[in-house]
Amino acid sequence: MTSFTINGRAVTTDVEDDTPLLWVIRDHIGLTGTKFGCGIGMCGACTVHVGGRATRSCITPLASVEGAAITTIEGLDPAANHPLQQAWRALQVPQCGYCQSGQIMQAAAMLQDFPAPSDDEIDAVMTGSLCRCMTYVRIRAAIKQAAAEMGTKA
Amino acid sequence: MLKRLLLGLIGVIVVGLVAFCVFAWRPAIAEIAPPAPGSFAPALVAQGEVLASAGYCSACHTAKHGKPFAGGYPMATQFGTIYSTNITPDPATGIGKWSEPAFRRAMHEGVSRNGAHLLPAFPYDHFTKLTDGDVAALYAYFMTRAPVRQEASDNTVPFPLNIRLLQAGWKLLFFTTGRFQPQPTQSAEWNRGAYLAEGISHCGACHTPRGVLGAEIRDRAYAGAPIDGWIAPPLDKTNPSPVPWTHAELVAYLGTGISRYHGTAAGPMGAVPRGLSHLPAADVAAIATYFASRNGSASQGAQGDAAIVKALVADKIGSGLTYDPAARLYAGACASCHYNGRQLNPLRPDLALNSAVNLDDPTNLIRVILYGVSAQDGAPGVVMPGFAHGFTNADVARISAYLRATRTTKPAWADLETKVATIRAQGQGQ
Repeated sequence: MTSFTINGRAVTTDVEDDTPLLWVIRDHIGLTGTKFGCGIGMCGACTVHVGGRATRSCITPLASVEGAAITTIEGLDPAANHPLQQAWRALQVPQCGYCQSGQIMQAAAMLQDFPAPSDDEIDAVMTGSLCRCMTYVRIRAAIKQAAAEMGTKA
Repeated sequence: MLKRLLLGLIGVIVVGLVAFCVFAWRPAIAEIAPPAPGSFAPALVAQGEVLASAGYCSACHTAKHGKPFAGGYPMATQFGTIYSTNITPDPATGIGKWSEPAFRRAMHEGVSRNGAHLLPAFPYDHFTKLTDGDVAALYAYFMTRAPVRQEASDNTVPFPLNIRLLQAGWKLLFFTTGRFQPQPTQSAEWNRGAYLAEGISHCGACHTPRGVLGAEIRDRAYAGAPIDGWIAPPLDKTNPSPVPWTHAELVAYLGTGISRYHGTAAGPMGAVPRGLSHLPAADVAAIATYFASRNGSASQGAQGDAAIVKALVADKIGSGLTYDPAARLYAGACASCHYNGRQLNPLRPDLALNSAVNLDDPTNLIRVILYGVSAQDGAPGVVMPGFAHGFTNADVARISAYLRATRTTKPAWADLETKVATIRAQGQGQ
């Protein structure tokens, strides 16, 4: 039995301890916004927040999130209006879209640590999030637009 | 002549054996009717709760998914597997019929109520330093827990080491009973820290190397030691961290599980900040005072600043376009969480400063890469995923070697891939 909260909702699961968190999120809880990419923590598509930190859910064993607070793309903003989501729409970032929830979750966590990220910082932190449609140029632009938006609000 | 010599020899042996038995024998202490929980003062129970937490009693006396303090937790030692006992007040299988003097004798002398010598897996060599008052508080706490009926599992310690009487010999060689003696030349805070660290929190049980018979080697106190598949780093002046373990760093690490310049508490250390978190802040600060004094960090300030600047420069290695396969692996798997760049964020543990990368032995780094850090350990509520299913042994070895080479000036680790294979075969542990 593992208990945690997901998007503010308390959940208790009766799944094997070493089940990847991603499977539980998608198959047991039914939140399918988080995607399965490589399954080895090397592409970033499965990124969620655990305790506010970007975490690859495909290689996170369920037992290790006991008591933790998890946020998925569905819970990032109640109205899907996080500044990053607004920028993503405004700049039409997605191509096929598969990696984008992971990109946004990684970027949202990054902006907490680097509120006005430089290109170097975006490269260093976002390199683990792959996009096979090569939308990297628009991802970078959207991160900067969202950072500017969040900076002016603050 | 020969016959007389032989007889004499046998006589000496017999007398020796009898003398040893007299020396080793301890009487049973009479059973009592289990005291009513209401007979203990609430303040005393509360004091015992704090001490039980600071002694991590539940870490060993509660099995995985087991009832609190009901025992059954296996401890793999070089002498076989030892299972912790039931210390709930159940009269049949726990300590319900133990009087306070029986409990005190167990804590101070390592002798069970029935007179049997306890195995030193139970750190009575530390608990002997506790005051009678603190032992009374622990007794009050345990006697007011929910009783659990659960028989102890059989240890796998082989004959003749399983003869409890022989433990008296071990005690003769390695154990001195006696309460903590304050050092008059040190401050009250130092002595309070020493009392907690040496006694209830038994830091040396993991951080002091043990001899062939399993006893802590006194003149190598806190020199670092292997424990449960991990390395407990040295807490003395030989600690290899680039930034000294100052009082402030120790307070942060011991009090919260995470510090700015030394990363997070993982593995068997994970239980320590959780346990100490119930102590008053002044007590955690006192433990920090004691270890800051032992490691000599006060005289190492400038060295730490240079190490931080160097770490931030090293951070930038491998970001941007690179063709080094190890750097690419690092950039893809590690940098999203561990990159700092401009300034150090404790929630982005810097790998140039991390103990695991700087120790002589790569075990801790390999373990953390393979199995991650759970939300309970390290930074509370935060997880590091485990790469055991994603990375081959060669991948883990490559990243470890890369970090060692680019983040430290220390010699490369030998036979990394074999080491990774061995640790993978050992599994994650409990």
